[in-house]
Amino acid sequence: MQILNLKNTVAFMSIRKPMMIMSLLFIIGSIASMAVNKMNWGLDFTGGTLIEVGFSQPADLTQVRGVLEEGGYDDAVVQLFGSSEDVLIRLGQRENMKAEMLGNDILAKLEAGTGQAIDMRRIEFVGANVGDELTEQGGLAMLTALICILVYVAFRFEWRFALGSVIALAHDVFLTLGLFSILGLEFDLTVLAAILAVIGYSLNDTIVVSDRIRENFRRIRKGDSEEIINISLTQTLSRTMITSFTTFVVLLALFLKGGALIHGFATALLFGIIIGTYSSIYIASSVALALGISKEDLIPEVIEKEGADQDELRM
Amino acid sequence: MVLVIVALGALYALPNIYGEDPAVQISGKRGVAADVTVFDTVKSNLDSQNIAYSKAELENGQILVRFNSYESQQLARDVLTKALTDEYSVALNLTPATPEWLANLGGVPMKLGLDLSGGVHFLMEVDMKTAMGRAQENMIGSFRNDLRGEKIRYRSVKEAGDGVKVVFRSLDDLIAGQKLLERTNQGMLFAENEDDLSLVVTMSEAKLKETAEYALQQNITIIRNRVNELGVAEPLVQRQGAKHIVVELPGVQDTARAKEILGATATLQFHMVDQEHDVMDAVNGRVPPGSFLVKDQDGRPYLLKKRIMLRGEHIVGAASSADEFQRPQVNIDLDSKGGSLFSNATKDNIGKPMATVFIESKATGAKNPDGSLKFTQEQEIISVATIQARLGSSFRITGQPTPAAAHNLALLLRAGALIAPIAIVEERTVGPSLGAENVELGLQAILWGFAGVLIFMTVYYRKFGLVANLALAANLVLIVGTMSLIPGATLTLPGMAGIVLTVGMAVDANVLIFERIREEIREGKSIQQAIHQGYDAAYSTIIDANITTLIAAIILFAVGTGPIKGFAVTLSIGILTSMFTSIIGTRSVVNAIWGGKKIDKLSI
Repeated sequence: MQILNLKNTVAFMSIRKPMMIMSLLFIIGSIASMAVNKMNWGLDFTGGTLIEVGFSQPADLTQVRGVLEEGGYDDAVVQLFGSSEDVLIRLGQRENMKAEMLGNDILAKLEAGTGQAIDMRRIEFVGANVGDELTEQGGLAMLTALICILVYVAFRFEWRFALGSVIALAHDVFLTLGLFSILGLEFDLTVLAAILAVIGYSLNDTIVVSDRIRENFRRIRKGDSEEIINISLTQTLSRTMITSFTTFVVLLALFLKGGALIHGFATALLFGIIIGTYSSIYIASSVALALGISKEDLIPEVIEKEGADQDELRM
Repeated sequence: MVLVIVALGALYALPNIYGEDPAVQISGKRGVAADVTVFDTVKSNLDSQNIAYSKAELENGQILVRFNSYESQQLARDVLTKALTDEYSVALNLTPATPEWLANLGGVPMKLGLDLSGGVHFLMEVDMKTAMGRAQENMIGSFRNDLRGEKIRYRSVKEAGDGVKVVFRSLDDLIAGQKLLERTNQGMLFAENEDDLSLVVTMSEAKLKETAEYALQQNITIIRNRVNELGVAEPLVQRQGAKHIVVELPGVQDTARAKEILGATATLQFHMVDQEHDVMDAVNGRVPPGSFLVKDQDGRPYLLKKRIMLRGEHIVGAASSADEFQRPQVNIDLDSKGGSLFSNATKDNIGKPMATVFIESKATGAKNPDGSLKFTQEQEIISVATIQARLGSSFRITGQPTPAAAHNLALLLRAGALIAPIAIVEERTVGPSLGAENVELGLQAILWGFAGVLIFMTVYYRKFGLVANLALAANLVLIVGTMSLIPGATLTLPGMAGIVLTVGMAVDANVLIFERIREEIREGKSIQQAIHQGYDAAYSTIIDANITTLIAAIILFAVGTGPIKGFAVTLSIGILTSMFTSIIGTRSVVNAIWGGKKIDKLSI
């Protein structure tokens, strides 16, 4: 079976300018939203206490709020989580109280106040400076990843490709962050992991395309850079779509079946895969083209190619 | 070769299918080993209470009893805790139900993370400021001793900034003093000033590091002891970075008690009561130098001499019991150095009152300007007793209000005294119901994702799709097998998500190869040539693409903690195994089916 059977080369690059402008607008929009709406940072980054409890019957949120207010927790944010029996309670940092005792105190008060047996499902407490450290570490991780990738791709291909793929990755990261900011979704550690996975995935795509461009530059004698990039994109398009599709299928399974705890993770990945597929076609190649990639840049590497592969394997 | 590796993977993945038995683990505390007598007690107690167990073993001084249901496990724990003395801890446990032959080959199931098994995770921070302060105090003490011992005259030894400032009487004393201190104190920096005859001694970078390291290590050791007191099976106590300690207690439900014991640091100090001055004067603000005010449990103030007769770090044992009048008491044992110190300190003070001060460090939740946590020291006199005789390395403190209070005090003291207090800065508790639910959800996601990809590949690539599916299944088996084999690898919920993602991305290599083969066929190459070309051309692309993903995964592993690490682990293992199965694995299957034959049409 075959879905895409393209006889002719698709002129991807002919609309690269409008696409670049569109992406630029999206990035500006994301940054604007992050500035205006801010990110909805999760507990991991802000610090505080989070308690998930399970009631035996559908929970009465007003009653829960009342009980907590009486108990002196007027800053508590109470919401349902996953099902009507599960309730999530969030509390901010507390100066005067021993924060680690909070969870048990609330559980006791809720049991007394509602008269129901309550199942403790999870308690998370994160100290404020731990959150700061995590934010720092997370940003650092993202930067390190981008730099390492830049170096690797520059070493294996050519600096124009490297820059193109890293700009494409940064594009993916910004747009995913923007989506979380616009929709007000909670950004926690798992989402950060998802974004790093998106970086890995999007790069995977970009490498496959770049690899084909390099091969075609060496193989096809006639035609200018733009034409060769178009040919390469057309040739890899069917693979790009299929892999994106299978990945999309498993992520959909994760999103629908994986439970509320990894919803944010699955959302970030689902969105990131779509953006990543688009960016590997339009951003990475367009940037390389705009930077003036040409046949001459890639020809001398032919001799090195085999040896370079061997080195990589030995690692 | 491929078959052997996949078979090995399957063998080590096998223990995961057998699951785990609920069990109760009985082990001795503080070096006591469970022996045959205890083993018989355990068995007879279970029999008399009609609790059915499937297997009981005695091994390496530990007793393990397996049950068929969680109810009988709970019941047995309660019965055994009552039946056995304080010397043994009874802990709930899940033991792999791996058959013996497989266990002998080293087969164990994957370790589940706390988000899947339920339990508590703590991150604790060591208060390095206090540790440094203590080190400074020690320096002052030892400098005085050294100088006095060599009869070098000094005006004062005081703390100055991060270091200690010694002021000498004469230039000769300064020179001799510096020579002496340089010899006796390695790793210090000395700055002398001949104008005011002073010598400022500070710790070198290496020495500072060593001191911090020691404080951290001591805390880890002490937390290990405390965790053992809690009776948890398979706890984890591990350092993380320069001043953090991770504590993971699988299966612990009563977090309040765990936190009380882990979070509070307690130490005892013994001081003489100052009888020369009036307490009321001191309360009104005229505290004589050399003395300080402390209240007892009823809020009554006492004036104590500042000199510490003995510090808690010399305490090696503490146990609660009842005295001859059935009043609670705590018996304390000291190490030999502590014993001689205490014996010297008490011999001249017989007949005078001595106060036992209990000092507890608690994090206030507030922070210092530099971002580290603020700790407060709560001091309380727990007993004032007249020294009846010269005290040695073994003595007792009475005056605890209840046996429970005495027991708690003994527990805290036994766990040792800390150089630096610690506080819980992060806690994650997962209830057992949520843990089980997470496993269920994760499995569902993997199965649905797996099924979706299988169907798609079969429809799209037909026979070659089946080959790819075979590789995918082998890949899953290999991931599980590798995860089970690597001792440190823990499966978490994000880890399961990592497996799901791997399933989706692993077919990429095959898609690349198959698309390439189709292209080659379209270009008019012969079938055999197309297959050969397809694998060869796709090879370097696959390697490049996977290595870059691996870079992201490794960085994730390096900076991530807990669940995130779990994700990075499964992702990395998945990338490696998928490269193996989808390149080498499918190649050998394709060769076996289509290799060496003349084929006109390929099912791709």
